[in-house]
Amino acid sequence: MKKFILDLDIVENQRLNYQYVLLKLTHSETLPPILPGQFAQIRVDGSPETFLRRPISINFVDTERNQLWLLIQVVGAGTRCLAELKVGEKLNLIFPLGNSFTVPEDKKAQIALIGGGVGVAPMLMYGEWLHRHGYKPNFLIGARSEVDLLQLEEFSKYGKVFTTTEDGTHGEQGYITQHSCLKSLSFDYIFTCGPTPMMKAVARYAQEKGIFCEVSLENLMGCGIGACLCCVTDTTEGNLCVCTEGPIFNVTKLKWQI
Amino acid sequence: MADLTTKLGTIQLKNPVMTASGTFGFGTEYLDFMDLGRMGGIVVKGTTIRERQGNPYPRMAETSSGMLNAVGLQNKGVDYFVKHIYPEIKDFDTNVFVNVSGSTLEDYVETAEIINELDKIPGIELNISCPNVKEGGMAFGVSCPMASQVVKEVRKVYKKELMVKLSPNVTDIAEIARAVETEGADSVSLINTLLGMAVDAKTRKPLLSTVTGGLSGPAIKPIALCMVWQVANAVKIPVVGLGGIMNATDAIEFLLVGASAIQVGTANFIDPAVSVKIVEGIDKYLDDNGFKSVSEIVGALEI
Ligand SMILES: Cc1cc2nc3c(=O)[nH]c(=O)nc-3n(C[C@H](O)[C@H](O)[C@H](O)COP(=O)(O)OP(=O)(O)OC[C@H]3O[C@@H](n4cnc5c(N)ncnc54)[C@H](O)[C@@H]3O)c2cc1C
Ligand SMILES: Cc1cc2nc3c(=O)[nH]c(=O)nc-3n(C[C@H](O)[C@H](O)[C@H](O)COP(=O)(O)O)c2cc1C
Ligand code: FES
Repeated sequence: MKKFILDLDIVENQRLNYQYVLLKLTHSETLPPILPGQFAQIRVDGSPETFLRRPISINFVDTERNQLWLLIQVVGAGTRCLAELKVGEKLNLIFPLGNSFTVPEDKKAQIALIGGGVGVAPMLMYGEWLHRHGYKPNFLIGARSEVDLLQLEEFSKYGKVFTTTEDGTHGEQGYITQHSCLKSLSFDYIFTCGPTPMMKAVARYAQEKGIFCEVSLENLMGCGIGACLCCVTDTTEGNLCVCTEGPIFNVTKLKWQI
Repeated sequence: MADLTTKLGTIQLKNPVMTASGTFGFGTEYLDFMDLGRMGGIVVKGTTIRERQGNPYPRMAETSSGMLNAVGLQNKGVDYFVKHIYPEIKDFDTNVFVNVSGSTLEDYVETAEIINELDKIPGIELNISCPNVKEGGMAFGVSCPMASQVVKEVRKVYKKELMVKLSPNVTDIAEIARAVETEGADSVSLINTLLGMAVDAKTRKPLLSTVTGGLSGPAIKPIALCMVWQVANAVKIPVVGLGGIMNATDAIEFLLVGASAIQVGTANFIDPAVSVKIVEGIDKYLDDNGFKSVSEIVGALEI
């Protein structure tokens, strides 16, 4: 897929909670095609501390309004800077980058999209895509507390939503990998993105049950386009770049201690 | 429009702007963003005699105005390069240099010998300065006798442009430059990355799997400029300057202190189209200041 370097305009900066913002961006021309699971390399401000671009998943593409959404968790200088952007300002993105999720052949397949924290970001776009193409995805979303659960209304437009919180303020209490639906439903496909311990627990579950499972990795990146070889993950085929061969990998390919 | 051509030992570049090894992949990664035909040259990824997996993740850390890397020369080996990559890049309308690295003297010689047979590769950049491999690499570039020896042996088998990439992790870089010039290097490029490290105070652990790595980016530019100036004053062969070049002004500074050409490295990560902008910026600077050719500003520093 052709990659672009574009200045997009901020049309909305929605503060979701103490740590998260949703940025909506648009462009004077039609946005290039983007696949679910892909990401962008974002030029923050070029200050000494945010010198390199930051990789951020494409959260959603609203083709009707020609908008692209980014869900940002503030963890450091770069993401703080992004969270403070104002409507009317511009943001420079290189995108679309990386591969995308595997599409199940059978539209009746039981599909679980499991997200934790900011890992829900790519799940919204994929969920919408699956819904639009006649699939019935289930969303399993875990968070520390109710305030950390993001975009639930959005998710519920495209499928069933199951939640867990560690403090029990929403959904079942515990980790998402302990949700009862994982016992009551039998899934054919699992796609997951979130903190590594969560993804490993999901991978373990999938492995035990023999379920197809893809994870979306968030390795540190230098370039995002396959040039620097900084973002590698150890696989059965040796070190592969997460930015070009990923960010989505089948767990059987990863040399993970799970 | 001024004359941008510049001579690099045995070959002519259409302009003095090249891309630096390890930051530009094989050029193919950048085709969506720029026309490689606009470049004076590109230096592709470090190539070794055998496949190398490189160092474990994490291999990079961002630092103030720069980054540390510890990639460790991950590549599929020279045979794979010849078979699978060369056919894809040989017809680029620019000078394609292969960055050659090794752990032993024999590795360097064998790799150079194989690349010598490739018609469309006008030169190699002999990397005797990689700080991220356990054996060889930088060891060859930090002592005069070893640098001399590897250049001498490679010179015997390599007939085209032999550019030698120097390490800044030395006491006197000019001395090393003179040593490789004596053994027949056609040009020298500098600087490779500076040995550095980064620590996470929270976890009390190093940020790189290898503990130390190589520092690049604007943070190293003043050091690079100074070393290019020292080397340009010490040798007669052309000097290729690099280290922290982010824009045309940076590039012009390197030309002024004596570089005949420059390379753009880490800046490619921030703006994949930056090298073409640097070509345009140099052109504009020459026009604006009444210079007819780029050679007029090489070493034109007024002290
Ligand atoms: C493919 C991909 C998709 C991503 N998608 C999103 C997204 O949709 N939304 C979002 O908010 N974030 C996402 N991230 C993570 C995001 O890139 C980092 O949080 C961001 O770069 C941190 O920058 P900073 O300057 O705010 O923090 P820094 O000051 O750089 O770092 C703050 C802390 O976060 C840690 N950190 C930085 N980058 C990462 C990383 N990649 N993985 C794990 N820890 C990291 C640092 O080690 C440090 O402890 C994604 C990362 C990747 C690789
Ligand atoms: C990720 C990365 C990988 C590199 N790999 C190589 C390499 O394989 N061979 C080499 O000679 N130099 C390598 N370098 C060094 C650069 O070519 C260059 O000398 C250095 O980064 C300084 O220039 P800069 O500040 O413009 O990046 C690498 C640098 C980076 C950042
Ligand atoms: S981030 Fe540079 S190769 Fe993946």
